[in-house]
Amino acid sequence: MMGRMADETADLLASLTLFADLGGPQLEAISHIFEETTFGAGERILRQGISGSNFYVVVEGEGLVKIDGVERATLSKGDFFGELSLLLGVPPNADVIARTPLRCLVLAGPDLPSFLSKYPLVMYRMLVAMARRLRAATEQHA
Amino acid sequence: MSGDRPPDRPFPPGEYPVVVIGSGPGALQFSHALDQLGIGRATISADPSPGGMFRRLPLFQRLLSWTKPYALGDPASRVGEWYDWNSLLSDEVSLRAVMPALMDGTSSFPTRANMEENLATFVSRSGLQVRYDCAWESTRKADDGRFVLTTSDGDYTAQVVVFAVGMAEPWKPKTPGIELVPHYVEAGRVEEYAGKRVFVIGKQNSAFEVATALLPWAKQIILASPRPATLSVVEHSLAGVRARYVQPYEDAIMHNGVFMLDVKIDRIEALGAGFRVRMSRTEDAREYTYEADAAIATTGFAVPLRDLPALGVATFAQGKQPALTPWWESVSVPGIFFAGTITQAAAGLRKHGIPANSGALHGYRYNALVLARHLARTRFGMDLPRPVLAPDEVVAFLLEAATLAPELWNQRSYLAQVVSVSGEEGWRDEGIWPLADFVDSGGPDAVAITLEPDPAARLYPAVYVRKGGVVEEHLLDPDDLNEYRGSEHRSQLTSILAPLLPAGRER
Repeated sequence: MMGRMADETADLLASLTLFADLGGPQLEAISHIFEETTFGAGERILRQGISGSNFYVVVEGEGLVKIDGVERATLSKGDFFGELSLLLGVPPNADVIARTPLRCLVLAGPDLPSFLSKYPLVMYRMLVAMARRLRAATEQHA
Repeated sequence: MSGDRPPDRPFPPGEYPVVVIGSGPGALQFSHALDQLGIGRATISADPSPGGMFRRLPLFQRLLSWTKPYALGDPASRVGEWYDWNSLLSDEVSLRAVMPALMDGTSSFPTRANMEENLATFVSRSGLQVRYDCAWESTRKADDGRFVLTTSDGDYTAQVVVFAVGMAEPWKPKTPGIELVPHYVEAGRVEEYAGKRVFVIGKQNSAFEVATALLPWAKQIILASPRPATLSVVEHSLAGVRARYVQPYEDAIMHNGVFMLDVKIDRIEALGAGFRVRMSRTEDAREYTYEADAAIATTGFAVPLRDLPALGVATFAQGKQPALTPWWESVSVPGIFFAGTITQAAAGLRKHGIPANSGALHGYRYNALVLARHLARTRFGMDLPRPVLAPDEVVAFLLEAATLAPELWNQRSYLAQVVSVSGEEGWRDEGIWPLADFVDSGGPDAVAITLEPDPAARLYPAVYVRKGGVVEEHLLDPDDLNEYRGSEHRSQLTSILAPLLPAGRER
């Protein structure tokens, strides 16, 4: 379920950490580059082992990350997913499932590299978030 | 119109198994599919005749969807459907390929009048009944769980309601002053723009349709929106600006009276008979002001959902579209389904970000057939034919579908041919299925095949094997001529299907 967003969504983007460094016109542009999509509770968004996935940012609701059917993490507003498989060029190694109705922004997978190149401040925010995840995973296994 | 109504209008208010709302191509296709399955229905429409939005749009009277009469095969064959995006489908041969006969050879794109005649001809030949001039007004749920639709003619009650009302409501964003600007559907005749500076809000197909029509008339054309224009030939998707509307793009590149601005429109003000538009460049926030003699908002359409959100129908994209399951049912109100162009709200897997063609007739006509069969099975307990396949014909059957099936060609990565297998029933042709449902919903051991485009627009068959409830994806090699029935693909698919075979058994 996807649709183009419009100008008032720029305010919503501004409230997400990933886009916090961008100004009004840039947020407006991004609100037209991403599309909005809503998933029903229980619906699968990212599919483990299935190629061709996209990049998602959670706007509202909660999602679950599962690997081989085992719950590994939860997702909520401001979290993003799908970037690992897109950056590495491999199918996702996890499922992401909507635990509640889940509203997301979505960017076509092939567009992620050019998007990050055009908006390096978003890339930096993404890098920080991924570093946090890596650190948490390292501490968990220490 | 009531004075012109025929005395014996079909489907008077009352109780029906299914009520369909609309009389555009989506409603007509779905209603015909129900008739062919023998499912009782009432179809009602506020319009006085068939056609839906095609009774007046596109604005400049030429469609974006082609019909090529000289197809690889008979236009009335399944292969012919690839080349004819505008005819409705039927099991009856005499009802197929109506549009090719209406084409006069001047263009592969029919006129709006061709399209209206195409749909009226199908209705006339098939005897498809619709109650026209009957406007849906409100919706409620009865105590027994059925839906009650109040219309201008009275109340209709049904356990299943299918809305095929189109993306028909002109929509504008909340930009200050945009209410001063006529929407695309309100634009004047091209002659009215002679010698004028025209400001077009938007850079999608309707914006470029307008710009193309105004090239011989306007003094200057500005196309403005935050996002750069995307072209179908670059995006590999019909969501981009279609090739036939690229001339304004070239004029902009050549600096020949057309400008494309990537801007946030901050405010629109009246200036005499024209407009002053204040905007900020998306790249660096630099501010612009442009004074236009005329302006047109090509900002899209919304689904006229009326009171459905109050009934609990979840929506997205600022309420413009209903949130749907892979079977085009409301995610929040079971029993409310959608057909026609609204089925684009169910995006499917959308691999590599490439959308299906559910927004256009050549996509949603297949969704309609699939939905009708789904309702027959799940709501009306009908046992539909599931032809048996001999084990040694399964591979050829699936590769034939990948090479020729119009459902797979027109709804790539979205609809799939499914074959099930079990020890008791052997291999069965389960027909066409939404791929997202096959991949995500579990079920018996089965295989699904579809066609998928990669980011470079190369097509390849994708095979999904479901065994023990777990689905694995297998991508076959592409072929430059889209022929997948050769020995290499047979060999690949035979290996892929091996896990579904009983031990020691081979095809």
